[in-house]
Amino acid sequence: MSAQPIGPHDLGGAQAGPVETGEHAVAHWEKQVDAMMTLLSERGHLKVDELRRGIESLGPDAYERLSYYERWAQSMTAILLEKGIVTAEAITAKVAEIRGRQP
Amino acid sequence: MSGGHEHHHGHDHDRTFQPDDDAAGLSEHMALVAAVRELLIEQDIYSAEDERRAIERMDARSPATGARMVARAWVDPAYRERLLADGAAAARELGIEIGPTRLIVVADTAETKNVIVCTLCSCYPRWVLGLPPAWYKARAYRARVVVEPRAVLAEFGTTLPEGMAVRVHDSTADMRYMVLPRRPEGTGSWSEEALAGIVSRDCMIGVALPDPAPHPAPGAAESAA
Repeated sequence: MSAQPIGPHDLGGAQAGPVETGEHAVAHWEKQVDAMMTLLSERGHLKVDELRRGIESLGPDAYERLSYYERWAQSMTAILLEKGIVTAEAITAKVAEIRGRQP
Repeated sequence: MSGGHEHHHGHDHDRTFQPDDDAAGLSEHMALVAAVRELLIEQDIYSAEDERRAIERMDARSPATGARMVARAWVDPAYRERLLADGAAAARELGIEIGPTRLIVVADTAETKNVIVCTLCSCYPRWVLGLPPAWYKARAYRARVVVEPRAVLAEFGTTLPEGMAVRVHDSTADMRYMVLPRRPEGTGSWSEEALAGIVSRDCMIGVALPDPAPHPAPGAAESAA
């Protein structure tokens, strides 16, 4: 364990507290993120290695702060933006539309 | 994080989130996911039906699949050989879809306990075990199991005999591990199905050992309800 970590994701040998062994259900939106990755990967739009590059590029603060599927969501969005599959403007407009659907 | 012992009554943000009729309750990331998802569907990159089917496939995968493989290996030495030689081929042999990655099955012995981890992310044999538990993806397990596996296993209630070697296998996206635990003593007369019933997810990650105690041996009197 003498090697320096290569990034915030490189956790082997890092200091950490006890393992929280309890069960946590996976929320539907998290399954949607997982399914999005599977489907984009199957259709050749996004590779697992790209997902990981995005996660490993989040920076230490975001890596620590975000939950697991939040990291995925942020990484996948960044790569989809990079590839021009979605645009920042379209996402902003769509988020506003979705928030506006509140009854 | 959903423990029932910390309710702060009077804080209405503790209420259960209802995704379909409470857009104001969407976190920043949930809203982002909802937006990107809709944009992808609008562009016909995939359909809502594709998504539903992908989630159904995800939900259908469970540790029962891996347990079938373990139980078969316990009753069939030739299958055990094939499982250890090529986990993916041995899975397919039982009709189990395994995806494109390699599956490496590591067998416990009287002298050696195997444990799996992915220190860099969360690589996991999801085709045979389902989605990984939260702790497998979290900092503490990934950081510590490679340096103090005995202490980590003790936190799962698993105490290993002195002198037993512990091998920790660090997974990658293309190479995923599953532990083949030892068949417990006293299960010689058990059916393959009964054996599969004592092989839990944690046994195949390697943090627990199969426990035959709570299960009546086949042929034991059925307790009438």
